[in-house]
Amino acid sequence: MKNSSPVKWLVSREGLYYLALAVLLVLVLPALLDSFRLNMVGKYLTYAFVAVGLVMCWGKAGILSLGQGVFFGLGGYCMAMFLKLEASTPEATAQQSTPGIPDFMDWNQVTELPWFWEPFHSFSFTLLAVIAVPMILAFIIGVAMFKRRVGGVYFAIITQAIASILTILIIGQQGYTGGVNGITDLQTLLGWNIRTDEAKTTLYFVCVAMLFLCLFVARYVQNSKFGRILVAMRDQENRVRFSGYDVASFKVFIFCLAAAFAGIGGALFTLQVGFMSPSFVGIVPSIEMVVFCALGGRYSLLGGVYGALLVNAAKSGFSESFPELWPYAMGALFIGVVLAFPNGLAGLYQRYVMPLEDRLFKRGKSGDAGNDDAALSGSLGAEKSS
Amino acid sequence: MFADYSTTELMSIFAMQGFAGLSLFSVFVLMAMGLAIIFGQMGVINMAHGEFMILGAYTTYLTANLFENYLPGLFAGYFFVAMLLAFLFSAALGAFVEWAMVRHLYRRPLDTLLATWGLSLIMQQAYRSIFGAREVGVELPQWMMGAFQVTDLVQIPINGLFVMIIALSIALAVYLLMFRSGWGRKVRAVVQNRPMAEAVGINTAGVDRATFALGCGIAGVAGSAFTMIGSTGPSSGQAYIVDTFLVVVFGGAQSLIGTIVSAFTISQSQSTMEFFLSGSMAKVLTLLTVVIILMLRPEGLMALKVRR
Repeated sequence: MKNSSPVKWLVSREGLYYLALAVLLVLVLPALLDSFRLNMVGKYLTYAFVAVGLVMCWGKAGILSLGQGVFFGLGGYCMAMFLKLEASTPEATAQQSTPGIPDFMDWNQVTELPWFWEPFHSFSFTLLAVIAVPMILAFIIGVAMFKRRVGGVYFAIITQAIASILTILIIGQQGYTGGVNGITDLQTLLGWNIRTDEAKTTLYFVCVAMLFLCLFVARYVQNSKFGRILVAMRDQENRVRFSGYDVASFKVFIFCLAAAFAGIGGALFTLQVGFMSPSFVGIVPSIEMVVFCALGGRYSLLGGVYGALLVNAAKSGFSESFPELWPYAMGALFIGVVLAFPNGLAGLYQRYVMPLEDRLFKRGKSGDAGNDDAALSGSLGAEKSS
Repeated sequence: MFADYSTTELMSIFAMQGFAGLSLFSVFVLMAMGLAIIFGQMGVINMAHGEFMILGAYTTYLTANLFENYLPGLFAGYFFVAMLLAFLFSAALGAFVEWAMVRHLYRRPLDTLLATWGLSLIMQQAYRSIFGAREVGVELPQWMMGAFQVTDLVQIPINGLFVMIIALSIALAVYLLMFRSGWGRKVRAVVQNRPMAEAVGINTAGVDRATFALGCGIAGVAGSAFTMIGSTGPSSGQAYIVDTFLVVVFGGAQSLIGTIVSAFTISQSQSTMEFFLSGSMAKVLTLLTVVIILMLRPEGLMALKVRR
């Protein structure tokens, strides 16, 4: 069946879709765009990590988190703290009253590096923290909520409240977090200047590679038995529970996975953009991340990637030429995607383009087509979500 | 944190902060009432609730200007006209939104949340285009200015008191409507058992639309009252929306008394803590406490006991 050999998978329909995305990201976009634009695409791609996580969490398992910005931000802040410490050597900050601590701490009369900043001197710890910190928070939230069978709308509101809490906390504790400006002025990673064009291009490719890694992890989870249980759980939670599965643990796992993806995205965001601020953490960015996933198609991993790319590209395009129209477009997008095409672009693609492909390649009757459809966009038959 | 203050000082601090908290309490009650009705009745989260409130606020602003220019003699009473108009406009828009959008999504509550968020973005931008991004304030009539002097330390501003009275009378009106009227009985029947209510001949779709419109209308009145104590900008509504959701969920989604109790608890604890800590930390601690309590007791303070 599936996964019989990597080569065979690559020429299957699903494999070709992945290949097309890879060609687009690795060959086409770098060839077409200058390094400034490519850096922007890299920034959009970091949101694709969140979208892929949301596809797993919301599309597959039916858990809508409106707090993904929290995990994105935590990952980003972990990376930013490391970079900031590297930039704040005693020599570079000699004119401060306390040399060797980040500049914003000095401005806020903090005279000593806070304890939770200390471990971020180590790069390996930072890499671990980028994934671990969001996962630990997700684990705590998940265990507390899912074990008590809180779900649906309540879960969404509470994750939103958490996003709000974290934003207020970051802004309020200016001396420890950089406040509303965030952690800015990040220059080097292990001595490597990340502000040059070459570095940005390299980081773009790192980002693409990481994205594919996450996509494959997500695809593996989705096609495993576990993924089937998730879908079953979304559609008939009690039936799964009565069959003897521990529903809460499955939910906690998938929520943690989504959080880890978001954290990786956040860290890559910091690297490519060169700063991190609370404006990527709060309620508004968190709910925008949901629409990336909703536009691409909440059941489709690749759809999430395209959704993140398209919405962000549209946002930049609109904001450059008609800034006052963008909120209307965004609002209409939210309403339209929910009312008119709840399965997003992937759903439209499956409905209108796939039959054409079938006719073109005469593979409509081959055995694995149905299988691939399911892999691309999950069980579209089960249209009721939540 | 209490060690530096004597008992009498603490008492007067609590009293002062208590009065400050009461005005936050009024805002919470006003906003949460409409939300609680909609959420409790239909399980629908209306993310655009804050924008319906702002619609009421702008209606009041326009009415005030209208009275100032054309009916200066009646200016003292413009507020009651404004409140009525705010209710009507918001309710009408609410009914339209229910018809155009929300009714298609009753089976998908999470999608309603996203769709109403989209609506809130559109409404916000519309306000920004029409009224400008700057905050506007209304001229208060003479009788609403000034303050009662209770003791030499404590004084209550009249407009704050007025808003509180509005909040409580709306709460009372909602209570009477829900628990003492025939229509309220229908609403409660639908909340408790929708298929059975339908089976005995209640027009549940009609009840839904009226409930949604009522909730939005109350939001409009809330916005109208809000102009008495603060200025209004296009995104003022969003600032309160998460707090208000927490108030509603914390109180127990289907209980009006619970909503009032939780609005009181949250506003009082926040304003009391604000004296001892910074404003942002007070808010963080309050929200965090509420979230933790909700994790321990997800059904809220006062849950409606329903057999499902």
